[in-house]
Formats: sequence, structure tokens, C-alpha cells
Amino acid sequence: MTAEASAATRPLLTVEHLTMRFGGLVAIDDVSFVANDAQITAIIGPNGAGKTTVFNCLTGFYKPTVGRLLLDRGDRKFLLERIDDFRIAQRAHVARTFQNIRLFPAMSVLENLVVAQHNRLMRASGFTVAGLLGLAVYRHAEQKAVELARYWLDQVGLIERADDNAGELPYGAQRRLEIARAMCTEPVLLCLDEPAAGLNPRESAALNELLLFICDEHKIGVLLIEHDMSVVMGISDHIVVLDYGRKISDGSPEQVRNDPAVIRAYLGEEEDKELPPEIAADLSNPQDGQDPKDPGGTA
Amino acid sequence: MATENRTTQQGVGQTALEGLDLPAIAKDSFMAAVLVLALAVPIIGLRTVPAPQGLDIEGRWTGVAIAVAAAFAGRFLLNIWWAQRRSRQRAAQLAAPALDIGAYVQTFAKYIGPVLIVVAVALPWTPFASRYVLDVGILVLTYIMLGWGLNIVVGLAGLLDLGYVAFYAVGAYSYALIAQYFDWSFWVCLPLAGGFAAFFGILLGFPVLRLRGDYLAIVTLGFGEIVRVILLNWYDLTNGPDGVSKIPRPSFFGLPFDRSPDQASESFHGFFGLEYSSLHRIIFLYYLILVLAMVTNLFTLRIRKLPVGRAWEALREDEIACRSLGINPTNTKLTAFAIGAMFGGFAGSFFATRQGFISPESFTFVESAVILAIVVLGGMGSQIGVVVASVLLIGGTELFRELEEFRMLAFGAAMVLIMIWKPRGLLAHRDPTLRLGSAGVGKEAT
Repeated sequence: MTAEASAATRPLLTVEHLTMRFGGLVAIDDVSFVANDAQITAIIGPNGAGKTTVFNCLTGFYKPTVGRLLLDRGDRKFLLERIDDFRIAQRAHVARTFQNIRLFPAMSVLENLVVAQHNRLMRASGFTVAGLLGLAVYRHAEQKAVELARYWLDQVGLIERADDNAGELPYGAQRRLEIARAMCTEPVLLCLDEPAAGLNPRESAALNELLLFICDEHKIGVLLIEHDMSVVMGISDHIVVLDYGRKISDGSPEQVRNDPAVIRAYLGEEEDKELPPEIAADLSNPQDGQDPKDPGGTA
Repeated sequence: MATENRTTQQGVGQTALEGLDLPAIAKDSFMAAVLVLALAVPIIGLRTVPAPQGLDIEGRWTGVAIAVAAAFAGRFLLNIWWAQRRSRQRAAQLAAPALDIGAYVQTFAKYIGPVLIVVAVALPWTPFASRYVLDVGILVLTYIMLGWGLNIVVGLAGLLDLGYVAFYAVGAYSYALIAQYFDWSFWVCLPLAGGFAAFFGILLGFPVLRLRGDYLAIVTLGFGEIVRVILLNWYDLTNGPDGVSKIPRPSFFGLPFDRSPDQASESFHGFFGLEYSSLHRIIFLYYLILVLAMVTNLFTLRIRKLPVGRAWEALREDEIACRSLGINPTNTKLTAFAIGAMFGGFAGSFFATRQGFISPESFTFVESAVILAIVVLGGMGSQIGVVVASVLLIGGTELFRELEEFRMLAFGAAMVLIMIWKPRGLLAHRDPTLRLGSAGVGKEAT
């Protein structure tokens, strides 16, 4: 998988010396890494390693204490740490999903996807004036929005449930819908926070395919937090390993798998060797990862 | 083990008549009897009787015993009746799925809406259109309009606003003062009053919209009171508690409804060659508020299908997700607040022109509470729900006018009953703003 995308690897996101402190607690300590365009970069690490905090800094929910987050779209460059809050999604086109799914449960699946295209539709509706008057400009824009939504519904296999409420979908479908919703913002960088958590092996295999499709077909960078090693090792081009807020390893899946620092972080030091053997098995043997195992939340 | 247990329980439920859970019922009845005993001893058991040296206490223990026995027996029978009803209900539920009134009404909404409009339009021409009926109609329509205005803020955007009456007051006073000082006509003052109210909405919104839920409710409650207190104390401008009187009455596009207009201008009845009737003005006011309310309704129905409207609902559902999609939460909430306030202002200026006199007393917290009750009881976000709730609450309290001091009791009881019966409001049902529908994929596939 890594070989295919090697043609034009361009750094999309450059994280330099990212540090996040909450009072005395250092959640992220001087982390630097690069995520390439049209590639899947995974961030892994034990619970509490600071992975979600990295995402929250990237998507504007937190303001990093120190560090530079450079997003290079090719045509324009953005310093994400200087843009606040929702403007990162609006201007820099960084989209994200959440560890605990955040859909609009009382709205229909289709509406969820159309809300994601808010900014474009808002401009087309002349900030509601043209929309209120029912001008053709807005009707066209809405049609296009529905077409885009239909495309992504097709990709995630939810077209049949388009008019149902999002809250009524089964768990796995809600996860896929959240990804589709993020894609409807037409992002250049998609940040997925544990997309495979709670999915069964068949669903996570389908997720792998979806992520590879997004990456190869739409040529956007994907940043992935995941505990499910079958997903991480199977599709990532590049893995960053965090532990206690520090980066302990960085490289291709093979490099990371054999890195003693990673093995130590996951399996502990010499003295406490009797840790769950299935984690060791996952790390060393990702292809067997299809059998039932820890879904990720408790590793 | 667990499954075994469940099946036995189900067995008990299904054959409730034979297999009543007597020990549990006895225990429950016993607890009720103990409770009654605790209450009855001081209330029934002890009686003060006048004695030569003051008061004496006399025991009435037979009464206590009767009360306790009655409670035990009553609770016992009630429990048995409940058990029977439950088993009957279960059987009925198996036979037919529960009826969703909201969805049921919604399927007829296409017809209900127009029918209601026709009824509302025809009301002044029906034989029982007395002055009283029209006055009640105007009152109900005013609350419907206020309810629709607040529905934008509470029902769609999910911002709990307990101070909506402030915007109503701002609209009423803006109209009254502008009309008095500048002598402009109603149709000029109306948009100005709405604009002022919207401006106040934004003014309030800026600092407080970062608050959520309860905190927002408290601040808006405070704002409502602040506006009332300012109106009460700013004597130079608002005439304080004496209120503003002699507010110009609306004219029919320049034709006043007076019997004999003072200037050379012609009056309404003279222009149309009609016999003078004081009802003309009432009918005009009735149609005025009907039009204003319908404008509010159409505006809301339309804006709900626009990006702003969808963003309001999305914000109500999950603000953090909205931010991750690049939706500006502050601006979106502000528009909801401002538009809601604007309609409150329109209603306020109508109120001022109808009454001819306004004072801060008309804009107390109770008004906010009633408007909010209309929105919540009707089912948040439901337009027809607001109509039904207004007719029930406002028209209903008028109906029960004979009950006098028990009127508010009936009002409260009605609210409690509705909340028990339909906790999410009378007609809580949401229709998606757009559908992929049959153009998508045949739904019968699933």
C-alpha cells in the first residue's frame, strides 16, 4: 500500500514542537511530525498518551501552548495555531470525527450531510436573502449539495437510510455517517478519532477500504487515531507513536512494529512481562487481527 | 438463570388475574397504610378542644384506624386494578402498535393548516362573532404569533429564553413612543419597532450566547426583568408606572375608524359608505394580527429549509459537531435570537396599538412563562403545536373565566396533565427539511 502513494508525497501538515499544558499537566510535550498529502498517517499510543489532544489542537478546540502547525494546501498555507475554533474547518478545510460519535441525532441522515456544507450553501443563499426569495442560485446550490451528499451516502452504503433520523442508525452506520459528513465539508485533511472503535471485524475491514478509497481517490491526507492494530498496520503509510505526551517512534509500519521503544510502551518494562499476549500478537502479526479482540477503548 | 427468571416474570404478567403477585401488593398497601398512619396521627388523631384553662388535646383514634384501613384497602384494590389493566394493555399493544399523534397529525398537516386558516379568516363573518369572541381571537392570535417567534429561538435553535417578553416590551414601547413623538403611521413604526427589538436581541445575545442551557436561561430571565425595571424607572422617557397612554390607533391605510374624524380626513365607514360600527376596528385588528402571525409562520417555515435554519437545528443537536463543520456558532445563534426578537417586537407594537395604553405591568415574567409554556406544550419546533397550545391555554383560560380564582389552578392542571400524557409536547414531530425520497433508492428494499 505504501508503494502506490509514493509518487508525489508532499508534506500536507507539519507539526513542530507542539506542546499543550493544562495548568501543571503536560498533555503533549514537544511533539513534531509530518503528515503527507494523499497518505494515511496514524497516531497510536496507549490510553492517555495525548492523541486526542493533538487532534483538538489541530482542529481548533484547544489553543496549543507552544508549537507551530503548518497546513500546506499547495495553493495556500495556514498556520492552524493562529486560526481559532470553527474557522479552521471553514477556511483551512480540516475536518474531523469524534471518539464518541457526534451526529445530529434528531435530523435525517441527508440533513446531516447537507448541514456539513453549510458555508458554501450560506454563500449561495446570499446569507439567507436569496434563499428567502427563492432565487435559482440557491436552488442550484442546494441541488448540488444533495448530489454531493448522495455521492457520499453511496460510498458509505447508507443511501437507503437517507431519510431516516441519524440517531436511529446502528452504531457502525453512525460511524460511517460521521466520516461521510466530514467528507462533505470537502476537506484537505481528514482527522479520524478512533473510527474503528466498537466495530466488528467485518465492519472494520469495510472501514479500511473506505479510508483507502478516500485517500487514493480524493487525494487528501488522512490522520488517524486508532487502537485497532488491524486497521493501523493494514492501511497506514506512516505511524507516529505517542506515550505520555512524547513522541517515542515515527516511521513506516514495519519500522514502528520493530521499534523497542514501542514494544516497551505497549508491553511494559522487563519486570512486568505478564501483559495481555494478544496485544503482542497484534503488534507482531497484524494480518491475523481479524479475530475478536479488544475494540480499542480499554487497551 | 437470567432468562429463566424473565420468562417466569412474563408468565406472571400475562396471567395477571390468576398469578397476582400478592406479597408485593400487600407490601405496597402496607407501606401506603404506614404513610397514612404517620399523616393521620397528627392531623386526624389529635384534636384541640377548648378547656377551662386553655386548650386540651383529645385523641380520635378510631378515625385514625378507619383512615389507615381505608388506605390499605384502597391501595390494595388499586394495585389489583392496575395489574389487570396492565395485562389488558399488553394484550392491546400486541394487537396494535402505539399511535403517534404527532405523526398522525403531521400526515394531515397539509389539510389542517389551510382549514385552520380558512376558519380564522371566516371567523368575523360567522353569526357568533361578537365583540367578545373577536377580542379573544385577537388575544389568542397574539400569543400564537409570540409562540411562533419564540419557537425560532427555543424550538429550532434550542436556546432556552426566559426573557422573551423583554422584546415584546421593547416593540410595544418603541411603537408607542415613536408614534407619539414623531406622529408616524403604524406601517412605518411597525418595522422600526421590529428593528429595535432585533437590535436588543443582538445586544443581549453578544455577551450571553456563549453560555449554555441553564445559565443562558438565568441570564435571559434577568434581562427580561431589567427591561421591565428600566421601563418602570426611566420616568422622563417611558412615564414610569403610569405607562404611555393615547397611543395612536391604527388606521385603514390612512382612513381612521372614528365616528367623526376631527380633521378634514375621511373616516373608514364614510369612505366605504357603511354604517358606523365600533366592530370595524376590531375586525381590522383581528385581520392585522392574523396577517402578522401568518407572516411569522411562513417566514419560519421557509427559513427552516435554508442553511441558517438547518444550522439552528444542528446547533440545538450538537454545538461541538457544528464547530467541527465550520459553522459559526455565535453568528448562527445571534440570527436566531435577533429574528425571534424581531417577531416579538412586531407583536409588541400590535399590542400597543390595540390597547392604546401600555405600562410595564403588561410585561412581567408571567408573560414570558406563558409564551414558553405554549411552545413547550405544543411540542418544541412544531408550528401547529403552538396553535393548539395557544388555543388551549389562552382560549381555555377565557372559557374558564367563571371559575374565577380557580382559573390559574385549571391552567396549571392542564399543563401537568399534558406533560404527563405527552412529555415532549402535544405535537412533537419533526419532518426532515429535505428528502432524498423516491428519487433516491426504493425504500422497500430494506
